[in-house]
Amino acid sequence: MSEESGIDVYRRRFLSGTAKAAAGMAVAPGVFLHEVAHGKPADQAVTSDVRWGMLIDSGKCADGCNDCVTACNTENGLTGHGRPATDAQWIRKVKLKDKQTGYTQTLPMLCQHCEHPPCVDVCPTGASFKRPDGIVLVDKHICIGCRYCMLACPYKARSFIHEDLQDQMPYAPRGKGTVESCTFCVHRVDSDRTPACVEACTAENHNAMVFGDMNDPDSEISRQLKQYNSRQIRPDLQLNTGVRYRGI
Amino acid sequence: MLKQSLTILLLAITAGLALQGRAGDSILPEIPEAQSRFSATQGCVEPTEEMRKNHMEKILHKRDETVHEGIRTSQYSLKECINCHVSAAADAPRASSEKHFCSSCHSYAAVEIDCFQCHADRPVKTPQDNMLSSGSNPPQATSAGNTDTMTTGNLPVLVTEGNAHE
Repeated sequence: MSEESGIDVYRRRFLSGTAKAAAGMAVAPGVFLHEVAHGKPADQAVTSDVRWGMLIDSGKCADGCNDCVTACNTENGLTGHGRPATDAQWIRKVKLKDKQTGYTQTLPMLCQHCEHPPCVDVCPTGASFKRPDGIVLVDKHICIGCRYCMLACPYKARSFIHEDLQDQMPYAPRGKGTVESCTFCVHRVDSDRTPACVEACTAENHNAMVFGDMNDPDSEISRQLKQYNSRQIRPDLQLNTGVRYRGI
Repeated sequence: MLKQSLTILLLAITAGLALQGRAGDSILPEIPEAQSRFSATQGCVEPTEEMRKNHMEKILHKRDETVHEGIRTSQYSLKECINCHVSAAADAPRASSEKHFCSSCHSYAAVEIDCFQCHADRPVKTPQDNMLSSGSNPPQATSAGNTDTMTTGNLPVLVTEGNAHE
């Protein structure tokens, strides 16, 4: 299994490398295309010059604090029916316990916005897709609700909507029979703002979450990723996640 | 001669029936007024006739651009359609009612739409809307309705439980 996925990643890299080489040749040699990463005009498409990412410091994530989850639910209009097993959940708090020592820590778990997302690989209709800037989304116009992606996701990040909804947020359409997950608050990101969870965590002075462009060496997230040791969850799957954790 | 008069008679009867039929169905949709105008000379983002005929194509094209490419211009955005064509009042008609802008025509034409199974059928003013309209891409319609500011405190009103079923 691990050998197979190794070959897969190798093939992927080789193919994307060839594609990039071909694209590079189209532009005059020695000329680099530079684009300003932030403040994208509304009428321009997103590009792969940006890779959005998040760094979460579990050392600063307090047990019992739920601010990020609340902010997400409010921002995206996620309502529940008091049925935790099936209610939609884009971000959740997870508690880790070292069984040997009893040391516990908590962290928020959300869609990891993988570079090689398994949910996209298995989607039979193309509804599950990755934007060029690394944000993994569901196009609910195309989603047939088969839930393959929910099975494929190693992070249990996706939810299925079982019941009719009303009063959705205009910028976060959601409906019965489709799968959904964290969008990195794509509507905010497109207007140069940070996701609601990060904003709430910072506003409450916890500062456990940093959001930014991992392709920009001068961004706060790149600076911190360079400075501190961070991990991906399940790095063995070689998904190259966009969400990284410190202190786990 | 007889054949000709018979044809005329038949035509007259058919026309009469058609007229009668039309008289029975003549309740034309009452289309609610929009909140603002696109410009002094033009009501909607395209001439009204064009919009009545082809609005679906414009929305469909825009939808793919927005979802997949992050293009968030306001001209053909469904959100802006709703912001302008549907009242923000608490008792404004829902998409399930024939008094709703979209449903008024769609129920008349017997064309069922499922946009509002997912999309908001009424304008929801959020702090973000105000930010967007003051940013680099102001909505091209008039600024009516963009001036009133709502705090985040007003948001959860629409997020309360219990509204999810109807």
